[in-house]
Amino acid sequence: MINKPNNMMFRVFIRLIAVVVVTFSIYLFFSGHNAPGGGFIGGLMTAIAILVMYLVFGVSTIKESLPFNYTYMMSIGLLLAAFTGIISWIAGYPYLKQFFDYFQLPLFGEVELTTALIFDLGVYLLVVGAAMTFILTIVEDDS
Amino acid sequence: MTLLHIAVLAPFLFALLVPFLFKYLRKIHTGWFVMIVPLVLFIYFVSYLPTTSDGHTVMKRFEWVPSLGINFDLYVDGLSLLFALLITGIGTLVILYSIYYLAGKKERLNHFYVYILLFMGAMLGVVLSDNIIVLYVFWEVTSISSALLISYWYTKDASVYGAQKSMYVTVFGGLTMLGGFSLLYVMAETFSIREMIAGSDIIMNHELFLPAMILVLVGAFTKSAQFPFHIWLPDAMEAPTPVSAYLHSATMVKAGIYLVARMTPVFGGGAEWFWIITSFGIFTMLWGGISALRQKDLKAILAFSTISQLGMIMSLLGAGSAAFYYMDGDNALYTTAILAAVFHLINHATFKGSLFMVAGIIDHETGTRDIRKLGGLMTIMPISATLSVIGLAAMAGLPPFNGFLSKELFFTGIMNVVQYDMWNGDTIGFILPVIAWIASIFTFTYSAIIFFRTFRGKFKPDMLPVKKVHEAPIGMLISPIILVLAVLVISIFPNMLAYTVIEPAMMSILPGILSEGSSFYVDIYHWHGINLELTMTIGVVIIGTILYMTMDKWSKLGIYQKEQDIITTVYDYGYDALIKGSQLITRAQMTGMLRDYLVYMLIFIVGLMTYTMFRFEGFHFSMENASDIDLFMYVILATLSVTIILLPKVNNRMTAIILAGFVGFLVAFIFTVFRAPDLALTQLMVETVSVILFMAVFYHLPNLTKDNIAPLTKSINIVVAGMSGLMVTFVSISAFTYGQMTPFEAISQYFIENSKSLGGGYNMVNVILVDFRGLDTMLELLVLGIAALGVISLIKLRVGESDDV
Repeated sequence: MINKPNNMMFRVFIRLIAVVVVTFSIYLFFSGHNAPGGGFIGGLMTAIAILVMYLVFGVSTIKESLPFNYTYMMSIGLLLAAFTGIISWIAGYPYLKQFFDYFQLPLFGEVELTTALIFDLGVYLLVVGAAMTFILTIVEDDS
Repeated sequence: MTLLHIAVLAPFLFALLVPFLFKYLRKIHTGWFVMIVPLVLFIYFVSYLPTTSDGHTVMKRFEWVPSLGINFDLYVDGLSLLFALLITGIGTLVILYSIYYLAGKKERLNHFYVYILLFMGAMLGVVLSDNIIVLYVFWEVTSISSALLISYWYTKDASVYGAQKSMYVTVFGGLTMLGGFSLLYVMAETFSIREMIAGSDIIMNHELFLPAMILVLVGAFTKSAQFPFHIWLPDAMEAPTPVSAYLHSATMVKAGIYLVARMTPVFGGGAEWFWIITSFGIFTMLWGGISALRQKDLKAILAFSTISQLGMIMSLLGAGSAAFYYMDGDNALYTTAILAAVFHLINHATFKGSLFMVAGIIDHETGTRDIRKLGGLMTIMPISATLSVIGLAAMAGLPPFNGFLSKELFFTGIMNVVQYDMWNGDTIGFILPVIAWIASIFTFTYSAIIFFRTFRGKFKPDMLPVKKVHEAPIGMLISPIILVLAVLVISIFPNMLAYTVIEPAMMSILPGILSEGSSFYVDIYHWHGINLELTMTIGVVIIGTILYMTMDKWSKLGIYQKEQDIITTVYDYGYDALIKGSQLITRAQMTGMLRDYLVYMLIFIVGLMTYTMFRFEGFHFSMENASDIDLFMYVILATLSVTIILLPKVNNRMTAIILAGFVGFLVAFIFTVFRAPDLALTQLMVETVSVILFMAVFYHLPNLTKDNIAPLTKSINIVVAGMSGLMVTFVSISAFTYGQMTPFEAISQYFIENSKSLGGGYNMVNVILVDFRGLDTMLELLVLGIAALGVISLIKLRVGESDDV
């Protein structure tokens, strides 16, 4: 990635677009259980938003403003996904059995909460982490 | 989960604590905590003694994979209890010894004790498991922990070489054994050893009997260092001495013996089992004895001596299997060999354990184990010298020590073969006692060498690395003293063990051949009158002494100068050839061109698919009931095809990227048309990410050049690509047709119906991903993570030009 890109139009618009894309990706992640979306798609979209910012503002700027360790993010995602499975194991069910129920929450009304959502969060984190790792490692390679 | 299961798992659980104990309680040697485990377990297993000596057994079940018949079943009988007592008893003493042996400040005790505990638990698992699959798992864990312990001082090349060698040999044996176990399962349709014993008639008459037997025996022979697999044991002596005393003389190398003993009721009773085990055992005994004479390192002599003694026990087990042919347990003619095997197993653990510990003391105090540098230590280390004398006398088979008792029984057992009137026992059987006698002479001679070269002769202080040589601290001496006391007690009161330990173990090796209500005749005594056995022992002493006296003459011979085993040379050549060969194959296929790798994969996939489809007559073509295709689909497909055909012709990279992206987006469009929004979304995302990746690295990519591909390669590529396309098309059409022909219920119906009620979501795709097939997703995540790590290691840890793969 070019280290000091300078494109006025891009810089202005991307600030707006990135917010929209990230918001939409979070929407996709949550709506996944009942509508198109889910952790994989949401994760990819978040990664796209971050990558576009890298493209426009340069590697060093974004590294400072978004100081994530993507390798850790991957491992956290994987552990989270594996961990939700163990819960059902302890409860005496097969590994990775998911549970769901409906709850009345203030402001939101009736909401369905599932353990699958935590699993999906693991998917989300791993996908973001992996996509970012793939591209950043290739991009940052100097030799 | 019963107390017995917890006992087997206790070492593993305690191993989790060891790093913390090591880190936070630095003042106290970690060994003191670890020693509690085998000590408690030993006391626990002793409590089983009354049960087994009454002829009862204990069976505890814990279901692991019941659907496959794999259960964590533990079975305590005379044989397994004997081993469990050895493992925990010797284990306690070895850990006590190691506390003083590894007293240095810089020793990585946390590693050492974790490996030791790992081994202890695995070994208990091996001897107590009734299920052969569980047994196999524990068996491999002992191999791994053994290799880890050998390479404990991993900065030494010899340690790493020894660890690698032991790993290769024993894991090779382990895998072979797994093959044998699989065949056993095919024959007996059970993984339980006890059920196999009950069904041994079926196994004996099955055509797979011989292959299964040989495969299992390879596993046992590699573990118990039988010729020609013995080569790993001398190199394993690079391990710290407590490890050598524990794993490589008293317990792990006896796992093979255990397996043979355990499998005797399954396989025994035929000529193959008898002759294979007896001849390999007796030859190993001879080979180990001859090799031990050539060694100059104290521990190497002991290692070859262990090989020799293991061969002796093995041959006895072979000879004793004849009892199953005669089915006459009351006749001592057939059972003496088994009695000798069990008795010598116990004796060997006591005297060889103490000898190893003394060798470690000498190494520790003088800094060398080379018998050419040692000498005259008798007055400097009197306690160690005394311990050695007793241990060596027992090993050489001198009266009145326990080694003498078991060696007499050994001679009896092996000479009884001559009286067998089948399997050529009466014709060529005489060769066994002859070899046994010659090997015993060597045993006597190297025992003499160890003693006289170490403790007698001239003290050579200038050749020793340590200047002030003195006796070892008392803590280090406790364990060998206890073992030598055990030698003495067994020597004086051998019958103390007779009906508590030995007879129950014989009952497990030879079940069901006793007449009702009787028991095996176990009476061990010193004086049998002047018989052939005693004469043989006297002969051994006389000729062994002559051999030792003339040592200066024969040790000049060229063959005795070489220390290396000839089989080791073969192994080294084989190892080099293996490395070279695999490098050759790797270089031939790893061209560094992605295109080549794709071709390999596609050829394989297409080949396999074609074969399968023709083999099972899977091709069916019929377009009945297919829905109509709209005009715009034709347009989309035509555009797609044209783009793909054009793509290879493009010479500009930018255009190529745009075209490739176009293909991707068209595919996403097709997904949308077929109402698969999740797929379409994913496809769009992936396309976008790839475009960003291209944009990021575009600057660095070289210009596209016209590839100079040979026409032959080009046509191969075209053919492979065409074949893959055709194969996918044919398989899809066949799947459709087949679905129409037979009233198959599509699996999708289940998901459509249950997505909401079982998974709580309306998006079927997502519910399948996170719920119904959650494990698949989980493993895909793992793959993705591994791929990311792969990218990191490929790019950040790139190998230089000169480095080889």
